[in-house]
Amino acid sequence: MEQIEFNYSAKRKVPKSAHVGVVGSGDLEVLLEPSEDEVAHVFIRTSVDGFRDTWKAVLDRFFARYNGAVRIQINDAGATPGIVHLRLEQAVEVSER
Amino acid sequence: MSSKGYSANFINRQSFIELDARERTKALFDEGTSRELVGPFDRVESPWLPMQGVTPQEDDGCVVMKGKITGQAAVVVALEGAFQGGSIGEVSGAKMTAALDLACADNAKGIRTSAVILLETGGVRLQEANLGLAAIAELMGSILALRKYAPVICLTAGTVGCFGGMSLAAGLASYVVMTREARLGMNGPEVIEQENGIEEFDSSDRALIWAIHGGEQRYAMGLADALVDDDTHQVADAVRHFTSKGVPAVHRSSQVELYRSRLETLDTSQQWDPKEFRALWGTNGVRKGKR
Repeated sequence: MEQIEFNYSAKRKVPKSAHVGVVGSGDLEVLLEPSEDEVAHVFIRTSVDGFRDTWKAVLDRFFARYNGAVRIQINDAGATPGIVHLRLEQAVEVSER
Repeated sequence: MSSKGYSANFINRQSFIELDARERTKALFDEGTSRELVGPFDRVESPWLPMQGVTPQEDDGCVVMKGKITGQAAVVVALEGAFQGGSIGEVSGAKMTAALDLACADNAKGIRTSAVILLETGGVRLQEANLGLAAIAELMGSILALRKYAPVICLTAGTVGCFGGMSLAAGLASYVVMTREARLGMNGPEVIEQENGIEEFDSSDRALIWAIHGGEQRYAMGLADALVDDDTHQVADAVRHFTSKGVPAVHRSSQVELYRSRLETLDTSQQWDPKEFRALWGTNGVRKGKR
């Protein structure tokens, strides 16, 4: 299991927390909570080691369009980049519903 | 029933199996009455999995909700089959047991609280070995204590099914509800094949597996009390039926003499056909419904 952290700049508060997904094969769990500071923090725990660059690419793309000040915890069981992106977007949708 | 009518029902139904543990749990309560206890944001996760390089889940694969079913207090505990095969570890076991013990305490105070346990599990989580075994023993104790006051309903919808030590917990439940897709048994097909050879059980033979462990067979043999379609309304209806029905006069697991005499008179020199068991032991003559 590998632990990875990223930080991104953020511009706005988010209304509420969201929890989506399951730590099942090929899937992941995303916990999204409002952050106090103006930074988006991402904490990843993944069962597949050695994909830091891929995680960075997925999150760079996600945060190119999302500017919420959040703490995101990801517990991953080998999800593909596409699934990761969908789960992140689902978490945002739930948090802003 | 025409094939046209059937497919419309099939297409329009709200699948229960496709829901995750949290959605399943919520679907059983009266609308808007449920609240989650020790949810993912409380971050009560397994301390043992990360030590072994396994990613934990924030709720340890166990969802606990309190609320009302047909206006009466109820607690629903669900295991998430997609996380580590729904296995029972120290944390998920403690959550389940604590929920049932709190329900028991409420009943003792005169607040009637029934319990529903949604079991999609292969049993003990091997990474937590003895702690998982202890958790199942505690859980069984809690079910026995609670079922004196209020019904404990075990719901196995599939597709993981309920195996290993948790099948014993299911056996103690006041009522067992299954779908045709679900399976219930002590040893799973692969374990039987591994221990006794392919002549005993071919674990690649899916028709054989469902003929023995499947929900329809378990219901027909009298080991489950309701067989429902994979339909959220039907599942919730069955749960409401049994929470309202109250504690059974005699629990299945208390019928020791009945099952002992059945086993004693069973001729094991021949290979039995699963269908013959339905005739021999079955009390549920109809293909579908509730007792």
